[in-house]
Amino acid sequence: MNGAAAKADRELRLAVVGAGPAGMAAAVAAADAGIAVTVVDSGSSVGGQFYRQPAARLRARAPQRLHHGWRTWRALKSRFDRQVSAGRIRLLADHHAWFAERIGDEYRVHALIGPEQQHSVIVEAGTLLLATGAYERVLPFPGWTLPGVVTAGGAQAMLKGSLVLPGREVVVAGTGPLLLPVAVGLADAGARVKALIESADRRSVARLAPTLAAHPDKLAEAAGYAARLAAHRIPIKYGHTVVAAHGRDRVEAVTVAALDAKGQAAPGSEVWIPCDSLAVGHGLLPHLDLALTLGARVEEDAVPAVWVDSEQRTSVPGLWAAGEATGVGGAALALVEGEIAGRSVTAWSQGPQRAWLDEDHARDPAWSHAEQKRRSLRGFFAAVNAAYSPPASWTTRLTDDTTICRCEDVRAAAIRSAIADDGANDLRTVKLLTRAGMGWCQGRMCGPAVAGLIAERDGNGRATAIATSVTAPSVTAPSVTATSVTAQRPFARPVPLGALAGLDQAELDLVAVDGAALDVAEPDVAGQEEESTNE
Amino acid sequence: MLIRRRSKAASAPRTPEQLVGARPEPAFALHIDGREIEALPGHTIAAALWRAGIMSWRTTRTGGEPRGVFCGIGICFDCLVTVNGQPNQRACLVPASAGDVVTTQAGTGREGGGE
Repeated sequence: MNGAAAKADRELRLAVVGAGPAGMAAAVAAADAGIAVTVVDSGSSVGGQFYRQPAARLRARAPQRLHHGWRTWRALKSRFDRQVSAGRIRLLADHHAWFAERIGDEYRVHALIGPEQQHSVIVEAGTLLLATGAYERVLPFPGWTLPGVVTAGGAQAMLKGSLVLPGREVVVAGTGPLLLPVAVGLADAGARVKALIESADRRSVARLAPTLAAHPDKLAEAAGYAARLAAHRIPIKYGHTVVAAHGRDRVEAVTVAALDAKGQAAPGSEVWIPCDSLAVGHGLLPHLDLALTLGARVEEDAVPAVWVDSEQRTSVPGLWAAGEATGVGGAALALVEGEIAGRSVTAWSQGPQRAWLDEDHARDPAWSHAEQKRRSLRGFFAAVNAAYSPPASWTTRLTDDTTICRCEDVRAAAIRSAIADDGANDLRTVKLLTRAGMGWCQGRMCGPAVAGLIAERDGNGRATAIATSVTAPSVTAPSVTATSVTAQRPFARPVPLGALAGLDQAELDLVAVDGAALDVAEPDVAGQEEESTNE
Repeated sequence: MLIRRRSKAASAPRTPEQLVGARPEPAFALHIDGREIEALPGHTIAAALWRAGIMSWRTTRTGGEPRGVFCGIGICFDCLVTVNGQPNQRACLVPASAGDVVTTQAGTGREGGGE
């Protein structure tokens, strides 16, 4: 194959990381226009977290009972499947993307295969879409490491994917709209949901009324959840928080308290609720690793997210992003962003740097429809994200022996000491001093908590803002830099040394030239399945 | 639609399998710390353990504290477990297979366990 032909061929190829709503919608839109699409996803089947399906061999005849928006899903899935059958979409399921690089005009995505994670493959394409979604933020509290305490999304994922429950008597707690379907879903599936504990106060949530009125479909959704919570007799406690989980080998009870105006637990308001599991979450955070590795601009609004233009293009040519990676806004928004991205990739493939907007979009009803829908949904979720927030003073409830970093078992006392005694004022310094954020999860779980502890030291009322962010406050660095300090790593997930050794020397050199420190061994680990945490 | 579901939801107690009308393929056995439990085809190790009422299968390196599933989607690595002698497998991702030997993992899962 001569070089020009190979290049042209590559430009007509799109690699998509993530087969959730955004990735699937983009893949279908591009494939419909004749682009050869390769979709890389860590799941064993498509759908992402929102449309996670029961394993096929469980033979669920009515999986829609665990889902919202089933008809939309069926339509998307059948379009996707048709393009897979036609050979225009190649699906690499069970492929965990761990690194992406841009070499000239070409992208390479490296992915580890299967749960074994021993072998890595490379996907090459002229264009790349990041539809990497989000993961759940959980702000720590005493007892949050007890077995039976799970993330709200995790409880939902185990239910949707495997039809199992964390227990029979569940408390659902935290903040955000996700708690509603989680509570209702667990109750539908037979759990007794003893309470839904929402830290946002009732007035804050009530202020959403005009926003809901302007979005009839969302109003109907909210009314549906309210009706089902009532049918299951699940009490909602607004303005409350779980201050501690109790138990020896697993959670046996939680203490719930009312929050005062400053976010402190109101004295005397504590209630003891026996339970055998707690599903807890404080909102979602976008997966940014691959975007940061590729040098895409990240901006912080409610949370740090990949910056995109009107066509979902990132700041890097040939790189698109859609869905939660660009800001948390739910599946409907992810679908429309994915479609816009897929159409934009299509336009780009027809000539370097061409855009959908160049194609006389004003008269393209598809553009105006998609653009209007995206604007409406973004507006809706901006209001929602503003209404729900973790309590301002949550760090004051962290006892010194509360585990903050679950991987490296770093307690609050050690982190407070690094901040107060050693002057650490960003996540990276805390990590270097205490190991918090240095373990398997690469700081995803503890990052928000460490940021909160830094803000606690500042004691200047910034805790609320910081609690919603993975960013450490810093007087010298702009927020995005502070974000990237924690999230910017060459590798998006732990990689076996064997997979790195399997790259040929040229590729290793490229990795090194790109600034990726190949500091692959943790001091306390050895062996081929070990992680390659940097720093 | 909502009203129909509401009356249903308020009545019979359910299991997740009943909710979605699951007719799983025949169950198989696997072993956790010498105990035999039943797992369903399509389950991950974590799902099989949850279904058997087992919530923890690892102890931490320093404090020896019990851990199990936390994030449920492969992000947090809290659910690490030893499967068929291979340590540090994410129970929430690894499919369960007939005859699997699952062992509570102490610390790093290697000789000497907790450092």
